[in-house]
Amino acid sequence: MMNSAVVTPAVEVRDLVVVRGAVRAVDGISFTTRPGEVTGLLGPSGCGKSTLMRSVVGVQTVTGGSVTVLGRPAGSAPLRHRLGYVTQAASVYDDLTVAENLGFFRRVLGAPAGDVDRVLAEVDLQAQRDRVVGTLSGGQRSRASLAVALLGEPEVLVLDEPTVGLDPVLRRDLWDMFHALAQRGVALLVSSHVMDEADRCDRLLLMRDGRLLSDSTTPELLARTGSDSVERAFLHIVEEDAA
Amino acid sequence: MNPTITLAVAGRVLLQLRHDHRTLAMLLVLPCLILSLLWWIFIDAGPAFDSLGPPLLALIPFIVMFLVTSVTTLRERSSGTLERLLSMPTGKLDLLVGYALAFGLMAAVQSALAVGVSVWLLDLTVTGPVWMLGLVAIADAVLGTALGLFVSAFARTEFQAVQFMPVIVIPQILLCGLFIPRDQMPRALELVSDVLPLSYAVDAMTSVTTSVSDAFGGVDADVWTDLGIVAAFAVAALALGAATLRRRTA
Repeated sequence: MMNSAVVTPAVEVRDLVVVRGAVRAVDGISFTTRPGEVTGLLGPSGCGKSTLMRSVVGVQTVTGGSVTVLGRPAGSAPLRHRLGYVTQAASVYDDLTVAENLGFFRRVLGAPAGDVDRVLAEVDLQAQRDRVVGTLSGGQRSRASLAVALLGEPEVLVLDEPTVGLDPVLRRDLWDMFHALAQRGVALLVSSHVMDEADRCDRLLLMRDGRLLSDSTTPELLARTGSDSVERAFLHIVEEDAA
Repeated sequence: MNPTITLAVAGRVLLQLRHDHRTLAMLLVLPCLILSLLWWIFIDAGPAFDSLGPPLLALIPFIVMFLVTSVTTLRERSSGTLERLLSMPTGKLDLLVGYALAFGLMAAVQSALAVGVSVWLLDLTVTGPVWMLGLVAIADAVLGTALGLFVSAFARTEFQAVQFMPVIVIPQILLCGLFIPRDQMPRALELVSDVLPLSYAVDAMTSVTTSVSDAFGGVDADVWTDLGIVAAFAVAALALGAATLRRRTA
């Protein structure tokens, strides 16, 4: 294992505040993720997960604090080759085939031509490669979108609810793939509102109302709250916080 | 700006059009049908087609490309693909120039067909060089593309985007000299028409069809000036469009 003390953090968020309209969508959050780790960002929908992820990608206007990715300010030009991003809605062209979508984004990223087949295999969409995206099922579309994020072998992956609507087998396969990527040294930040996906993560960030309630490994979280599931641990922390 | 990315964007837009047979057919066939209709309307009424055809050759590519671009870009904004592209090494100009290239190319094909039908099938009298009609049409189309890109920033839905057409396009159609020569309009309206790009596009078309010259390109220097003004408007609209593309959004 790499010594985490000398490794540059993959993502470093310091006192981040994002105000959207009248809402403090992100309200003073700090955390660090390291290469080779799958970090889960869990919380109910509307708690600010997507806003936090957009800040890490560098497409969100932030109000205060700082976000650093691989030692550079989030969104700076050298990072645009090194970070893959999947939004909640599948960000692919519905009127192109899967292969045409991948071919286009590959050229934009300057990734090698062989990448298209590689990522198709990774998300298990080879059979759909020549189907127009608009005719695919919701799960297939989101996998097509995930495939785009894998082009060019990014070092940091920011995935906003990538497993929504997928069948359990596929969900397991994707989590296996996330861990395989982490083994190669990729840092993953994966959001979910499904608490049972928590035990798939090396580290867990629990979020509610724009604030970070907990930042620890899953065993640590369970031990600290004396809970037998992440769902219960979450409730425990929320009640503790309210008290 | 990176030429590989610019060309990738242009190629992708054309690929999307190729998948959409209905839009492609409308883009290419509709202008020819409208011109044929115009010719038929005036078939027993003298040479009116000769004076109305050229303005329409200028208007159609502008209107069509304005509509197509505003809807396509809006879709790009709302589907999240724009955000994804801007989180990648794509420059704003790569996107804008890519779109302008793709739709400019479509406009070239569209105009070639429309000019061909007008001149050889419908006997439109063209005194100047025919290719110049195509060049003016392409400039109009790029202008339409640029303005479409710009207004798409102010629309939240495709429905709203389409509503911009009456705002941007119809006043220009009324004031461009199609219904009455611009110098015969009330002075205030003439001044307004002086700052609208379609006025110059229509002037250029009319000038090419009615006159020939020994000057460069076989057309009056005025035609080049008009064309330059249309191109300048297109560049300005592209710059405004670039200002509406933000890597970071609220």
